Amino acid sequence: MRKTMTGLIAGVGLMWACGTSAQAQELTIFWAEWDPANYLQELANEYEAETGVKVTVETTPWSDFQTKAFTEFNAKGSAYDLVVGDSQWIGAASEAGHYVDLTEFFTKHNLTQVMAPATVKYYSEYPANSKKYWSVPAEGDAVGWSYRKDWFEDPKEMEAFKAKYGYDLAPPKTWAQMRDIAEFFHRPDQKRYGIAIYTDNSYDGLVMGVENAIFSFGGELGDYQNYKVDGIVNSEKNVKALELYRELYGFTPPGWAKSFFVENNQAITENLAAMSMNYFAFFPALVNEASNPNAKVTGFFANPAGPNGEQFAALGGQGISIISYSKNQEEAMKFLEWFIKDETQKRWAELGGYTASAKVLESPEFQNATPYNKAFYETMFKVKDFWATPEYAELLIQMNQRIYPFVTAGQGSAKEALDALAADWNATFKKYGRNK
Amino acid sequence: MATAVMTSLDTKSRAASRGMSDIRIRNLFIIPTILFLIVFNIFPLIYSLGYSFTDFRASSNAPVNFVGLQNYRELLNDPFIWSNFAITAKYVIVSVTGQVIVGFGTAMLLNRDIPMKGLLTTLLLLPMMLSMAVVGLFWKLLYDPSFGIINYTLGLGSFEWLSNPDVALYAVAITDIWMWSPFVMLLSLAGLSAVPKHLYEAAAIDRAGPFYTFFRITLPLVAPILMIAIIFRTMEAFKTFDLAYILTSQPTTEVISIRLYKMAFQEWQTGRSCALAYIVLIMILAITNIYVKYLNKVKER
Repeated sequence: MRKTMTGLIAGVGLMWACGTSAQAQELTIFWAEWDPANYLQELANEYEAETGVKVTVETTPWSDFQTKAFTEFNAKGSAYDLVVGDSQWIGAASEAGHYVDLTEFFTKHNLTQVMAPATVKYYSEYPANSKKYWSVPAEGDAVGWSYRKDWFEDPKEMEAFKAKYGYDLAPPKTWAQMRDIAEFFHRPDQKRYGIAIYTDNSYDGLVMGVENAIFSFGGELGDYQNYKVDGIVNSEKNVKALELYRELYGFTPPGWAKSFFVENNQAITENLAAMSMNYFAFFPALVNEASNPNAKVTGFFANPAGPNGEQFAALGGQGISIISYSKNQEEAMKFLEWFIKDETQKRWAELGGYTASAKVLESPEFQNATPYNKAFYETMFKVKDFWATPEYAELLIQMNQRIYPFVTAGQGSAKEALDALAADWNATFKKYGRNK
Repeated sequence: MATAVMTSLDTKSRAASRGMSDIRIRNLFIIPTILFLIVFNIFPLIYSLGYSFTDFRASSNAPVNFVGLQNYRELLNDPFIWSNFAITAKYVIVSVTGQVIVGFGTAMLLNRDIPMKGLLTTLLLLPMMLSMAVVGLFWKLLYDPSFGIINYTLGLGSFEWLSNPDVALYAVAITDIWMWSPFVMLLSLAGLSAVPKHLYEAAAIDRAGPFYTFFRITLPLVAPILMIAIIFRTMEAFKTFDLAYILTSQPTTEVISIRLYKMAFQEWQTGRSCALAYIVLIMILAITNIYVKYLNKVKER
């Protein structure tokens, strides 16, 4: 009887021990539902083959991503161990204690040198210039452009364009040229339109679209160090940039007032527009003949320069962070150590993920791998981002409220919209005690 | 026979005395229901009322501070919020009026002897059986300026319904009217079929015209049930979220529920959004109260 009891207790003990160990052998990463998340799952499968640790990339549609992630954070839930969170979240998530501080990890692995500088600045560091890091740059991304090479290279079109504008038709080098080309190809009677730009005002679509113009015109959204916005967000440069964006909206296909990444790829695949703005992360679908019948005649270019030659682009992409409420933080840290290795980053890029590793980005192998990788490489070293303060969502909504009526309906003027925005942002920063 | 009844009653009373007394039934069914209501309805209501007086943000671990009426004061002084209320009011008026006209009109047409009346009524009820999200996406395609059937049928070319700030709210209201007129129709049909036939016969003998008959007999008798339909539809239209959110993201269609959602789940201003939810609740209660008073007056007549 005693032997039976001992055996039983030992069995239970063994089961308990195995259970605990099995629990630590699994990691869950939360991300939005898009192709890069599938590539990450493929990469994670290789990690499992190497280490035996099963990593699941759990996804949710983009429209729910922020709400679902923060609901889980707020509940201090341990459903996810890591999150590939949007760059704007970093202030809100770090100040609220949702992310594990990775400063030591950064120093130990010299990540400020390993990763492209802009990616470290916007995906990882908060507050700005504080040398405190909360995530490892994972999916580098920015806004770039695709265009219809066959339309651009048609001799008749080239001749007509040169006759009208006095210079050769080619992928635009400046925003002024882009405006001309958009106007030239805008032919509603033929159901062909000039350009597809971001206009969706429900999250950061429109704002990122306008940022591309603002940053390249030499403008800024404010001083991220001291929260000063007056004279910056409503500067003359920003007014000009917003006016041009409004003008470009006039060359978009009909009903383009709620368009984001899906519609902007459709503009190319469905022969709607000559040029289309989109995140580089969505370009793989454009070179794939299965998803784009025009794949062979689709070209790509980086965000053009503004009137003074400055050339920047709005940052997309995300860093990967360990969630404070995870019960597998140690295991998650090991995964990150594996993720930042050169060979892993190289493999990540091969799978279709956009590495932020400076070494991989600079390699000719990466730059020649796809028709858009070179433009991506050029862009990743000149990106800028929206505010990352905890109240970023309020700032985003206020910007949408002010600029959307002007861009899509021509209500008021660019100056009025930006002056009102400056007032809104000042009030918000005052409310949170940022600009005393 | 009497003996059998007595025996049956005795059995029942014996069963009751064995344990299914009123007190036992109360303990088994009513108290759990009340507890359920308290835990899931009353408690969150009171809890959120408490939060509405604080600066609580669900996304932050910062301490919660009592701010008194500050949230209410700021909300009531916020021009954006008033603009959201104005949009909501406009939407409610257009949508409910449209539903009453279309629904009641259809009920009048159906309230006569026509072939396949049952099948026709069932088919007309289909829109309100569909999910809001499906209806929203479906109508988004119908309104599309490039290939939507509405512009094609009406010969409107590439007229923009959902992108045009002046028209977008009406486009959402038209969809709502299409979806919910059958509800008004159903209730009106019930009211119309309850009007005694002899009143119409008497009116015919007195040679009353159709307008007189409608305004003196039909409408007064159907009015109470029509008022109930209006109350339900007003409350629902005031809370509209799905259709406006799915169809368009125009500032001119940002009804108060969308603003509330953004404030609570995108901006994470939890305390402030609780206050806004209470303002909306008070407004709905006030409107409903006015309607109910009017309904009682109509009933008294």
